[in-house]
Formats: sequence, C-alpha cells, structure tokens
Amino acid sequence: MNFDFSDDAKALGDQAKKLFADKAGTSAARKAMAKDAPAFDAALWAEIAALGWTAARVPEAHGGLGMSAEESCMLAEAAGGSLACVPLVSTLLATEALLMAGNEAQQAKYFPGIADGSCIAVVAWNEPGSANPQALSVSAEANTLNGVKAPVADLAGAQLAIVAAAGADGPSLWLVDLAAAKVETLETMDLVRRHGRLTLNGVAAEPLGSSADYQLWLDRAAVILAYEAIGTATSAMAMTVEYAKTRVAFGQTIGRYQGVKHKCADMYIKIELARAHALHGIAMISSNGAELRQAAAAARVASLDAASFCGEEAVQLHGGIGFTWESDCQFYYRRARTLSAALGGRGWWADRLVRALELRNRAAA
Amino acid sequence: MDFNDTAAEAEYRATVRAWLEANADEYREPPATPWKLDEFIARSKAWQAKKFAAGYTGITWPKAFGGQGLGPMQSIIYGQEEGRFHAPSGLYSIGLGMCIPTVFTHGNPEVAARYVPKALVGDEVWCQLFSEPAAGSDLAGIRTKAVKDGDDWIIDGQKVWTSFAHASDYGIVVCRTDPSKPKHKGLTMFIVDMKAPGMEVRGIKQMSGGSDFNEVFFNNVRVPDAWRLGAEGDGWKVALTTLMHERLAVGGKPKHAPGYATLMKLAKGVEAPNGGPAIEAGDVRQRIAQSYINDEGIKLTQLRALSALSKGEMPGPEQSISKVVVAKTMQEMAAFALDLAGGDGFVTEGADPELDKLQGSYLWSAGLRIAGGTDEILRNIIAERVLGLPGDLRPDKDKPFNAAA
Repeated sequence: MNFDFSDDAKALGDQAKKLFADKAGTSAARKAMAKDAPAFDAALWAEIAALGWTAARVPEAHGGLGMSAEESCMLAEAAGGSLACVPLVSTLLATEALLMAGNEAQQAKYFPGIADGSCIAVVAWNEPGSANPQALSVSAEANTLNGVKAPVADLAGAQLAIVAAAGADGPSLWLVDLAAAKVETLETMDLVRRHGRLTLNGVAAEPLGSSADYQLWLDRAAVILAYEAIGTATSAMAMTVEYAKTRVAFGQTIGRYQGVKHKCADMYIKIELARAHALHGIAMISSNGAELRQAAAAARVASLDAASFCGEEAVQLHGGIGFTWESDCQFYYRRARTLSAALGGRGWWADRLVRALELRNRAAA
Repeated sequence: MDFNDTAAEAEYRATVRAWLEANADEYREPPATPWKLDEFIARSKAWQAKKFAAGYTGITWPKAFGGQGLGPMQSIIYGQEEGRFHAPSGLYSIGLGMCIPTVFTHGNPEVAARYVPKALVGDEVWCQLFSEPAAGSDLAGIRTKAVKDGDDWIIDGQKVWTSFAHASDYGIVVCRTDPSKPKHKGLTMFIVDMKAPGMEVRGIKQMSGGSDFNEVFFNNVRVPDAWRLGAEGDGWKVALTTLMHERLAVGGKPKHAPGYATLMKLAKGVEAPNGGPAIEAGDVRQRIAQSYINDEGIKLTQLRALSALSKGEMPGPEQSISKVVVAKTMQEMAAFALDLAGGDGFVTEGADPELDKLQGSYLWSAGLRIAGGTDEILRNIIAERVLGLPGDLRPDKDKPFNAAA
C-alpha cells in the first residue's frame, strides 16, 4: 500500500512552502490589501514560473513537466498556507480542465503560455443570484456566451478564462480569451485576493470538453481546492498555537487551559479529517477510481469546515487583539469565505456526497 | 498512489486466507444467538490453540518468546483476514496485546518462560488491572497498595473497569509501593494470580444494561517478589510501555456499529416533518455527509498509518484523532437516527433490528467516549504531544502522594 504523496511531490511542496515563507505570508498579504496595490505579485509570479510550478501539471509535449495531480495539490496547499498573492490556484484549476477536456489544438494553443507563466488562466464559475454549479444562467449559443460571471478570483491580469455555462446537454466548460471580454474589479470580503466581474455579451468561446468533463472537473477541482483550504487552516492553527504558548493570563500561558487547548485540538482533528479525504481524492484522480465523486465531495466539505473553524477560533483564541485590523487573524477569517465561494458551498457539496453514495448503493444493489 | 499489497504482503495474505478458508468454516456467519460466556470462552480457547499451531499468534513478537518475529503489516493483514469471519475474538486481545509483552519486556526471565507460552497458546487468560475508582483519567492517582513482606508483597485495594477479570487466570496490576514519593514515582507493577486467596471479582452492570467489565477487590493478596515487573518505583514507566502496545490496536468504528449507511437506509423509509421521504430532506443529507466524513475519514487516516508501516516508517501523529472522532460521531449519529424514527426509535419492545442496534449504539457510545481515554484527555494529548502546548497545571505532581490534598 502506498497511501501518501510521492517523495517528488513532497519535495516540491517543501520547496514551495519555503519560497512562500520568504516571499509571501501575512506581511505580503497586508501590502496587497492597499487600494493601489497591483492585482498580484508579478515578481513572485515570475519566480514561480521560472521554477516550473506553472508548468508542473502541463504535459511535456506542450512545454510542461508532466507531473501528477499530487504536485498540483502540494502547490495549492503551500499557496493556501501562505496566502500568496499570485494566481497560482486559479491557474492550477484551469490547467486541470484543459488537461482533462482540452483537444490537441486547444492544448497546443494554451499550454505553452500557461507553462511559462505568460498566460494566466482563471476559472469563471460563480454567477450573481446562484450558488448551484448545475443551474447556470450564462448560456452558450453558436460558440458565443452571454451573461455575467462574478465573483471571479484573480480575474484582473488574466488572459484566459475557463467559463462554466449552460449548454444543450447540461452545463459545461468554455474557453474565453479575456481580451475580448469586459472585465471589471469587484470588491469582496477577501481584501488580499482580487476578484472581478466578467460580462459576456456575445463573446466568442470555444467548447472545452463535454458536460461529463465538467462534472469530472468539478471533482478534481474540489480536491485541489481542498488542499488550498487545508493549507490556510493549518496556518491559522499554527499561528494560534504559537500565541497560546506565549500569551499569559491568570499567571500562566493560556495554552495550559483546556478551554483553549481543546479548541486547538479540534482544529487539528478537523484538518486531519480533511487531509484523509483529500488524499483519497488524489488517489482516485491518479487511478481514475470510481470513488472520486464521494472522495472529492468529502474533501471539499471537510476542508471548508476546517478552514472556517480554524479562521473563527483563531480570532476567538487571540481575544481582543485578534479582532483588530492590525492582527493577521482576519486574513484567515476572511479567506475561509473566499474558499467557500470558490466552487459551490458546503451545502451543495454535502448533497453531492450523499448523491454519490446513493448512486454507489444503487449500483451495488 | 495505490492501495495494493506489496508482493511479500500479498503472499502472506494469500497464505492466511487459504488457512482461514480451511479452518474457520464454522465462523463464516455470526452465531444465530450470542454465545453464553462459557461457550464463548471454550470457543475462544479452541480457536486460539488452532491459531497457535498454525503460527498465527504473537505474529510480531520475538521468536525467543514464541512469536513469529514478523512485522506489524503481517499482524494487521492477519487481523483483516480473520475479520472477514466471525471467529470468537476479544478474550485474548488485552492479555496478548498488552499484558504479556509487558511480562516479557520487564519480567524476570524464569517467570516469562513459565507464563508467556501458556498465554500464547490460550491456556491462560490475562487481564489488566490499572484503573481505580479514584484513578481514571488521572491514572497515576492509584491507591491500591503493595507492602513488602519478606520475599512477598501484600496487595490491598480496589481496581475497576477490568475487562474479562472473571475469565482471567492472571493479571498485571499497578500498585502504590511508596506513598511518600510523588504520585508517578511510588508505583510498582506486579503479576497477580486472579484465583489467589483474597481476590474478589464482581461484575459491573453498565447503564447500557450489559456487564462487560468488573470491579476487582484485593484483600491481603500475596504475590512473590519474582512477579514484580520492572524495578520498584518504576511502575509508571512500565505502565506507559504497556499502553504503548495498545496504540496500534486502537481501532475505528466498532465493526458492527451502525454508521452513515444505517442512517441512509432508515431515512428512506421515514417521512420528513415537511412531507416526503426523510432522505430528501436537507438536514438529513447534511447529517449523512457529516457521518460519512467522520467515520470514513478515520478509516482513511488508518490507511495512512498502514501505508507508513508497510514502508517501514513510523505512522504520523494523526492516528491520535481516531477514538475521539469515532465515539462522538457514533453518539450523534445514533441520536439523530433515533429521533428521525420518532416514537418507533424510542420503543425498545419489539423494535426492528436496525433500531435495536441504534438504541444499543446510543447507549454504548456514552461509555466509548470515556473508555481508554476520555474525549477530554484525548484532546489534551493531541494539544500537548502533537501541537506542543504546555501541560495542564497539576498541583499534586511533585508532592509526596500521601501529602497531596
């Protein structure tokens, strides 16, 4: 049995955590909060591209390194843990879609740019007025799209959008060149990661795979996003544990009190449950396993629970200082909501999990 | 990434499976009615002897003590394969899992040579006598005393929550031998003959109605000094090594306990408060999902540990979350499911088998949240040993035991 990341993937994850510890983290996030700050850290993005992280999952035939989903997940965890102000997770999600569903011509057209970092690709999934990834109002007709996508993470500065839209046989993905689309900024609860509104008025689009590919992509994207959330939750926990070791109240460090330490233990429990399901998700991606749907949904729900709980209890355990603008707690607290809004919320995925279990039971009956 | 055995593991599994196919035929199905204690003990002894003869006992123990000298994966594989049958298990799990490794690690060689083989073949059953009425979570608060008398020790006191004490021949007992030392320093461990004069075993009736544990009273029970395990005053250290042997044995959800699948089945046949089948109700689906995430999350966490063992590495600290998640999930799921069934979930008389199981599970889970480390102690352990938070304030820790409040 080998239910663990490969040594190569772990090494890449360690490298990413180290670089982000130096160049990202909460102090960089604080700079990114400024109203006039650029959409993302271009210098860090260039460094990431030079290290081959944007090329990790791209096939070798298209200028990439041909690595597995494990590497994407390790990168997502490192990015999530450091709040890195780069469109890395968006690009990883778009890369996965192009890898699964793109035809040869589409891959040849977009992968080289993604691999060298010159093409930033994002995922436009959310729509105003809806939280159901199956009920989309943006519609496709004769290879054009109409409607509004918002909020879209990392939209400003991106060149390519993978857009989810309703088609004749259900929702599916479309490739949209952002040069031809209307892109506006959109303020969100997340003050660090920039979001935008994408207005599509008869914008030309290319179909990217089938509606079945869209369903499969949702599952794979959920696993990658689970690792981002696990990274964020783990950093919130680490920050809180450190504080609990040093803050003194009633004559002793607060980490001695069960009221404090039990919450830290609960953070750990929620994170490890999420890790178990997320790892199951990768194993299912790698083997095209039948349990991907349930593993991905469980990973998504468990990781959102971990990120929310850790973000909320980080503020709580820091006490008053944690509620100040100057405290870093707010980054994790706010980011938990970003993660939840990224691809259908907890309720939708919990329902998808039960649906997957029902299908499995029917098949077994 | 894969869930496959290595070649060597697959070979061992095939051998085990073939042996079980040939030898465990009578245990393919669970007994129609649960065995009475005498039959359970007789069947357990016969099955253990059969396993011993075939080399499936003491799988990880050194050969010098009659073991097979194999790795943890072989032991786990045997357990998985035997788990597909319903052979009597449990009678030896504490004795062979915890007591006897302590005997051969800390006991004197002649004593080990006398007791280890008979335990392994199943002739003699062992129990573990640690907990006391005033020493549960605070296990080092042991008051049962042992006083030196020539070459013997005289033991007086009371132990509690001892599994299989009534069926045991011997036990290992932690006693206070020096109350003038701080609580962790004045303890010593001994072997004790459960049939010796002055021993009294009384069953405890649990709130669930069953009797799975005992109280054990010691009234001037005499044990020879040769039965001491470890040095005088080292009882706490020895007890920690005993409990270490328990770590790998700590499982997930009890094998036949209801889980998310039970809730799904039940919810199909029950009407939701707003009409329609309960399985379509949002809150029910959320609860099924949470139950799946917790129970399957623990199973997957255990697979992470097996994967590490299979590669010859130490499992990570994430194993420590298992029991605290499983016990509380069992309780919450059972309560939710019983409430969903309304009055039927509450009536025990003539309850259908699924509801009967859920009622049993609800009652049993209250004990499971306490046994082998309470939810609170387990959270302390995660916070202190895994996350590195400072220990709880323990004002009695360095005071002489007999001077502490």
